[in-house]
Amino acid sequence: MYQSSALGLDPYQTQEPESAYQTYAAGQDPYQAYQHGHGPYQPHEPGYGLYQPGYSPYDDQIPDPKSRMLAIQNAKAYLLKSSTTSGLNLYDHLANMLTKILDEQPANAVDIIENISKDVKWAQFQKKMDTLRDEHEILPTFEAAEKHKALFLRANGEGDEELEEEIGETPLPNVMETAFYFEQAGIGLSKDEFYHIFLALKKLISVQPIQTCRFWGKILGLEMNYIIAEVQYHEGEEEEETEEEEVIEEGGKGMGEVEDEDEKKEDEPPKSTYKPPPVIPKEENGTGANKYVYFVCNEPGKPWVKLPPVTPAQIVCARKIKKFFTGRLDAPVVSFPPFPGNEANYLRAQIARISAGTQISPIGFYQFAEEEGDEEEEEGGGRDTYEENPDFQPLSVAEMVGSLSAWVHHGQSILNQGRCVWLNPFQKSEEEEEEDEEEEKAEEPNELQQEIGPPLLTPLSEDEGIQNIPAWTAEASTNLIPQYAVAILQSNRWPGAYAFASGRKFDNIYFGWGHKYSPENHIPALPPPVQAEYPSGPEIAETRDPTLEEELAFKAAREEALAAAEEEEDEEDVDEDEEDEDDD
Amino acid sequence: MEAASLPAALELAAGGGAGLSPEKRAVLGASLLLLQRDYRFERVWFWGCIRGVRGAYYIAEGLGPDRAAPRSRLYRCGGPASPPLRAADGTCLGRWDRGGRFRGWGEKRGRSEGAAQLSWREPRCAPEGPGKAASSPVLQRARACVVLVAGSLNCVEWSLLPPVTEEMVAQAEQLKGRFQGDPSFEYEYTEINAEDAERLFEDGKEPMIKEESRLVATIEQIDKAVGIIPRGAFVKTPLGSVRENRNFEGLSLTEAKKLSSYFHFTEPVNLKNKTLLEKADLDPSTDFLDSLEHDIPQGSWTVQLEKGGTVVVLRSLLWLGLTFYHVPMTKQYGYVYFGTGEKNLDLPFML
Repeated sequence: MYQSSALGLDPYQTQEPESAYQTYAAGQDPYQAYQHGHGPYQPHEPGYGLYQPGYSPYDDQIPDPKSRMLAIQNAKAYLLKSSTTSGLNLYDHLANMLTKILDEQPANAVDIIENISKDVKWAQFQKKMDTLRDEHEILPTFEAAEKHKALFLRANGEGDEELEEEIGETPLPNVMETAFYFEQAGIGLSKDEFYHIFLALKKLISVQPIQTCRFWGKILGLEMNYIIAEVQYHEGEEEEETEEEEVIEEGGKGMGEVEDEDEKKEDEPPKSTYKPPPVIPKEENGTGANKYVYFVCNEPGKPWVKLPPVTPAQIVCARKIKKFFTGRLDAPVVSFPPFPGNEANYLRAQIARISAGTQISPIGFYQFAEEEGDEEEEEGGGRDTYEENPDFQPLSVAEMVGSLSAWVHHGQSILNQGRCVWLNPFQKSEEEEEEDEEEEKAEEPNELQQEIGPPLLTPLSEDEGIQNIPAWTAEASTNLIPQYAVAILQSNRWPGAYAFASGRKFDNIYFGWGHKYSPENHIPALPPPVQAEYPSGPEIAETRDPTLEEELAFKAAREEALAAAEEEEDEEDVDEDEEDEDDD
Repeated sequence: MEAASLPAALELAAGGGAGLSPEKRAVLGASLLLLQRDYRFERVWFWGCIRGVRGAYYIAEGLGPDRAAPRSRLYRCGGPASPPLRAADGTCLGRWDRGGRFRGWGEKRGRSEGAAQLSWREPRCAPEGPGKAASSPVLQRARACVVLVAGSLNCVEWSLLPPVTEEMVAQAEQLKGRFQGDPSFEYEYTEINAEDAERLFEDGKEPMIKEESRLVATIEQIDKAVGIIPRGAFVKTPLGSVRENRNFEGLSLTEAKKLSSYFHFTEPVNLKNKTLLEKADLDPSTDFLDSLEHDIPQGSWTVQLEKGGTVVVLRSLLWLGLTFYHVPMTKQYGYVYFGTGEKNLDLPFML
């Protein structure tokens, strides 16, 4: 018997059973035993609480059985009555509930009794549907797990020969090592995700002819995120995608010529003298902002997509807008000034900006190539190639953390123009000379100053801070164990860009939303001012229309003048156009 | 996130690239437990980390029996070099040395007395010491918002943050820019208008605000704006206090992707504006908070399935860095903030 001593009831007050049912509420009369003779005094003794006034404690036989039995049967029948709405009955429900409670023995069951009751009902309802078997749910989680599993499978047909190749020089970066060092600073994704990315990069390398590959980072988006790999192709193996772009440009020019011919037949409306600023050509693949090729995927396991090379116009526009990425590469970027491209181009432009601003390395790791004769045609005289320094002596962690001049940028910075190497757009090239024949040259080419940015491999101490915040925050990963600490740099200009250095190893990574930090609120570009109307002068000044009398008078005066002119045999040119203009 | 499930939770919330180093994880695991013991909290939540320019603040929140009561917040800062402690007039009182001890300049080793800032070792509100904090009547009231700020290099010591006042929040909203990483740093009002200055400082006080106040105001703002819980995780008892729902088994996958299944864990604002029809469908024990669907601007939350669809991660775009995770059909959920502590006011332009 499960008796609970309900405290708080007055032990000296005998509860008069008012209903027809005897309630064996224990603990009510703990002292009654004293009053009525010997009986079980303690709760653990059998028969405790059964003692009621008028009955002996060992009296299990219920007196007056008939009426009591009838009452019990009525009660039970009532409890067994099925509900009209749900088909359950209270008796079964209570039995199930008590069974569940006794099986599970939750703490403080009385506090959650309603929830238990609800759960029992819910379970009941489900069971009745067993006659129809549920179709096995294909959760999206299963499909994702399939994709992940596919990463772990090796492609068929690879024998032991492949194994040997892989162990040798491979462009695959050691992502887990990088993950370990960044984890010392508390930066990075979970180990699982890193490993998946590792395998996805391996897949990328096996598909594309890649010379060097690096995990660039992860950019978060609204619907999906981007995982980005920075890649350099083998020389000469790059696919020629530039042909498509040239074809589109030539097609556009052809259309323009056809339209000109049609209009020459009629009176030409005044031709606009507006000459759009020249389009600055993008940098060649493999140089400047397009030095690396970037592949993105939404999740490791999904196919990698190559991002198109970036154009200066896109970079210039990306500097003016601030938009979240949605996660779909073909999504349009709705902004002002209108971004020339879709999200893939915007992503590429942001990656270019981030790389240019935050790719750093310990000083001395890279050095300039010694041969100066191989420099390409550059007007600025800056160098854009570097190579690893075989004599690199790593600095200690304390020095790397203490002074920012121990780090240098190895990403070329992007000028205001949108390129890394300045190009004068007004330089006469073969195509532009044809267009310049008819029109005068604008005076602008002389005004464009050559833009010079900081040269490659400048130390970080030259970086400007924002207001009073330095551009980089340096710290060691741990102060408790300085022997094995890792030097960590966090960028304050591009929050989310990190770099670490430990001995000869270093790397950069980006985890963030892809935007630059600005303490001021983002001010979108205003629309350009309203264009001025045609400059007003006396020729187009409106005057009042002449009245009939004025016209007749004028006509008469004119005839007199004509007659006078004929007499004098002087011909004067009378502008009869004035009348026509007044009618407008 | 619950201090007890810190390691597992950090793995789930790591999608954004921010987390804790193994050293911090280990030290937090121990010190949060000690916090619970010292302050007699029923629950300790690791709130997150606010990165300043020169250091970071690690924040923990302690909850009492009523989970909806204002929370105690404690902070500790970790940084490359701990900044020197300054008195209100700017004189430098000393600094922490490498061993984590506080050295006052010109004074004996140990606490510097008479500092405008109370001693680092003792919480602000309870002069008797952490052990007796629970009995102090002042602390009982202020129990809700204790921010522990640990101010030493090894970040084992926690300090209590003062309870937040509206004035603090109003002042903190005027400030822009990053946190410095030094709790005693004082901001000067250079950009404020003359009218605002008169309004805010009628007493003629000098317009300076300490970083500590800004910290606690920011934490309060973040909690109010984007601290979320799944629907059904907490129940309101008939007596009015809020407890965890022991019958909460997690949201289903379809429910977990909807914004209406998540609530702001703060005083509801929109609840009373609902129509009677809507209110009729609500369950007063679980639906006593505002849901996320009517957040302005719309789209200020991103809902993603990560780790192959097993974890639902919500990220706030208004306070960049706040991540909420939940594993559907399990009891695991929590939110954590890793960020710079600045509101993203450009949000309408960025969507």
